[in-house]
Amino acid sequence: MNNGKVRVPLVHISRRSALPWYKAWAIRGIAIVLALIVCGILTTLLTGEDPIQIYISMLDGAFGTSRRIWVLLQNIAILLCVSLALTPAFKMRFWNIGGEGQILAGCLATAACMICLDEVLPNWLLIAVMLVASLLAGGIWGLIPAFFKAKWNTNETLFTLMMNYVAIQLVAFFIIIWESPVGSGNVGIINQQSQAGWLPMIGTNRYMLNVLIVAVITVLMYVYLKYTKHGYEISVVGESERTARYVGIKVERVIMRTMLISGALCGLAGFLLVAGTDHTITTTISDNRGFTAVMVSWLAKFSPIFMVFATFLIVFLDRGASEIASDFGLNEAFGDILTGVILFFIIGCEFFITYQLHFRGRHAKEAAENV
Amino acid sequence: MKKFLALLLALVMVFALAACGSEPAPTTSENPGTEPSTAPSANGETAGVPEDFKVGFIFLHDENSTYDLNFINAANAAIEELGLTEDQYVFRTNIAETQDCYDAAAELADEGCDIIFADSFGHESFMIQAAQEFPEVQFCHSTGTRAHTEGLANYHNAFASIYEGRYLAGIVAGMKLNEMIANGEITEDEAKMGYVGAYTYAEVLSGYTSFYLGAKSVCPSVTMDVTFTGSWYDQAAEYEAANNLINGGCVLISQHADSMGAPSACEEQGVPNVSYNGSTASACPETYLVSSRIDWTPYYLYAINCVLNGEEIAADWTGTLETGSVVLTELGANVAEGTQEAIDEAMAALEDGSLHVFDTSTFTVGGETVTSYMADVDTDADNTGDTEAIVDGYFAESTERSAPYFDLQIDGITLLDTNFG
Repeated sequence: MNNGKVRVPLVHISRRSALPWYKAWAIRGIAIVLALIVCGILTTLLTGEDPIQIYISMLDGAFGTSRRIWVLLQNIAILLCVSLALTPAFKMRFWNIGGEGQILAGCLATAACMICLDEVLPNWLLIAVMLVASLLAGGIWGLIPAFFKAKWNTNETLFTLMMNYVAIQLVAFFIIIWESPVGSGNVGIINQQSQAGWLPMIGTNRYMLNVLIVAVITVLMYVYLKYTKHGYEISVVGESERTARYVGIKVERVIMRTMLISGALCGLAGFLLVAGTDHTITTTISDNRGFTAVMVSWLAKFSPIFMVFATFLIVFLDRGASEIASDFGLNEAFGDILTGVILFFIIGCEFFITYQLHFRGRHAKEAAENV
Repeated sequence: MKKFLALLLALVMVFALAACGSEPAPTTSENPGTEPSTAPSANGETAGVPEDFKVGFIFLHDENSTYDLNFINAANAAIEELGLTEDQYVFRTNIAETQDCYDAAAELADEGCDIIFADSFGHESFMIQAAQEFPEVQFCHSTGTRAHTEGLANYHNAFASIYEGRYLAGIVAGMKLNEMIANGEITEDEAKMGYVGAYTYAEVLSGYTSFYLGAKSVCPSVTMDVTFTGSWYDQAAEYEAANNLINGGCVLISQHADSMGAPSACEEQGVPNVSYNGSTASACPETYLVSSRIDWTPYYLYAINCVLNGEEIAADWTGTLETGSVVLTELGANVAEGTQEAIDEAMAALEDGSLHVFDTSTFTVGGETVTSYMADVDTDADNTGDTEAIVDGYFAESTERSAPYFDLQIDGITLLDTNFG
C-alpha cells in the first residue's frame, strides 16, 4: 500500500521467451497480409489502378504460364544456392558479404573454360572441367579472406566486400578480351552454334537440371549443418570461439574450411548461371544475389528448409513486381517500392516475434492484481 | 488480446485511408486514347490489321532513359499509326541483356506475338536464340550486327544512317564556331571542339568523325578532342568529362552518351552544346544548338507492315534521311545566322547523292588520303577487316550492314584516352 507513484511508460518492451512455432508463423503471415494491403493502397493512391487487379497481375507474372513457373523456379534455385552457400559462414558468425564476388569468380572460371577449351575437350569433359574450375575459383575467392582472418584476424566484413569489387573488375577486364565485336562491351552468347559447354536440357526444359541440382544441395546442406561433425563445429565456433578452443576445435581450420565450402557453393551458382542458362558473362550477371542471399539466410534463421520458403517469397515478389510494372506501364522503380514495403513488414515482424510489447493499461491491471 | 486490437485498429485506419485516397484516382486511370479504331492510317494499305495480330516490344530500360524513351515514343507512334488496340501490343521494359531477354522474347512469342522488337545491342544473341526456337515469329533487333551473316529467315537487324544526322549537326557546330571567330571571341586556331563518347566503338567513332567532318565543311580550321567515359549512361562521368574538355580549351561540346551530364555542364559554363537523341532545349536554353536522333517509327511501320502483308522483312535495314529515320530536332535560340539554310543545302546534297559524309578527299589518316580500307563488317571470331569499304572515293558507311563500321582515326581529331569496354 505505498503511494509512491511509479511512472510506467506507455509501451514497455521485453524479450520474449521462445514463442511456439505456430504463433511465430502466424505473426509472419499477418505481416505478409498487412504488407500486401499496404501495397494495394499505395498502388491505388499513386496510380489509380484497382488493387485486386494488381494482385492478380502479380500472381500471373509468377505463375501465369508454364514458362513463367520455370523461370520462377530457376530464379529460386540460383538464389537458394547462394543462400545455402552463405549459411555455413553466417552460422559461424563469419560475415561473408562477398557472395557476389564468389559467384562472379565461378562465372568467370566457367566462361573461361567455355571460351578457351571448347575445341580442345569433348563436351562431357569440358563440362566436368568447368564445374571443377568454378568450384575452385569460388572456393579460393572465399578462402582468401578466411585465411587472413584465421592468421591475422583481419576484418572479414570489409575483406569479403572488397573482394567483390576485385571480382567485378576482373570480369570487366576479361569482357574486354572476349567482347565481340570489339568495343561493344558485350560477350554475347558463348558457343551459340556448337553449344559446347552448355548443360544438357532435360527433355526440352533448360531450367529443370538447375532446379534439381539445387534441390539436392539443399538436402545435403541440411544434413551437413545438422548431423555432421563439421556442422557441429561450425555452430560451436559461431556461439563462442573461446568455447570452441577450449573443447579442442581448431578454430582457424574450421574458418578456412567453412569459407572454402561457402565460396565453392557460390562458385557453383556461377557455374549454373553461365553454363546452365545465360551462356554469357557480364559484370551484373549475379544480379545482387550475393547480397539478397544474406537477407534470405538470416530471415530463414539459417535453416535450409525455411530458406526454400524465404527465397520463394523474395523471387515471387520480384517477378510479380516486374509484371505489375509491365502490365500497368509503371516503371521498374515502382516494383522496387512494393518489394521494399513487403520486406519492411517481413523483417519488421521479426521484432514482434523476438520481443513483446506491454502497454500501460495492462501493467496497471497487473499491478492491481498483485496488490 | 491488446495486440490483436491494435492490429485491428491499424487495419481500420488503413482501409479508411484507402477510402479517402481512391477518390481522386479515377481521373488518371481512364486512357484518353480510345479512338484509334476509327482512324484509318494515312498510308491506306494497312487497313486490315487482323484482330489476333500482336506486336511485342522489349526495352532495356524504361522511359527514364533517353535512349529507351526514343524507342518507346517510336513504338507508340507506330501503334497509333496502325490503329492497334491495347490487346494488340505488349511492352516489356527493363529487360536486361541476359537470359532475361530470351525469357521475355519467348514469353511474348507464347502470348501470340507475330513480331517482336528489341532495342539494345546486348539483346542480340538472346534474340537469335529465341528466333531459332520460334521460326514462325519475326524477331527484329535494332543496332545489331549479325542478321546478315546468321542466315535466319526470321531474324532481322536495323539501324539508321545517323552519321548523316551527325554531319548536319556538325554543320550547325561549324557555323557557330565561324560566328565566334567573326565576333573575335576566339581565333581560327582556337576553334577546338570537345566530344564525350561512351566507348571506343565503331558506332561512336563513326558518330564523332561525321560530326567533325560536318563542322570542318564550314569551318576548315576546326580540331577536336575526344574523351570516353566507358559507360553509355553515367551522369557524373559525362559531366566531369565535359568540364575537363572545356578546361582543356574546347569551345563547343557534343556527346554520344545518354545522360544529361555533358549538356548540363555546358549550360553551367556557357559553352555551346550539340546534343544527341533528343532536344535538351528546355534544360539548357542558352547553350543548346541542335540534336540529331534516330526516329525508329519508320522501321517499326515497315517491319509490321511486312508481316501484315506477308512480305519478307529485310535482314538488315538502314533508315536514311529519305525514310525519315534520321532527323534533326529544332534549332536552339543561339545558333549562328544562316544555319538553317546551310543545313537545307547539305541535306539536299546528301539526299541526291552529290555529297558523301565520308568523302575521302575531305580527310586524311596519318597525313595520307585513304584509298582502300577493309572494314570489319561480319561479326566473327577474329575481328579483322573483311569488306572493302572505300567505294567511288568515299567510305561507304552502313551499306554493307546497317550498324556503323567506320573506325578510322582521322587527322584533326585527338583521342585523349580510349575505352574499349
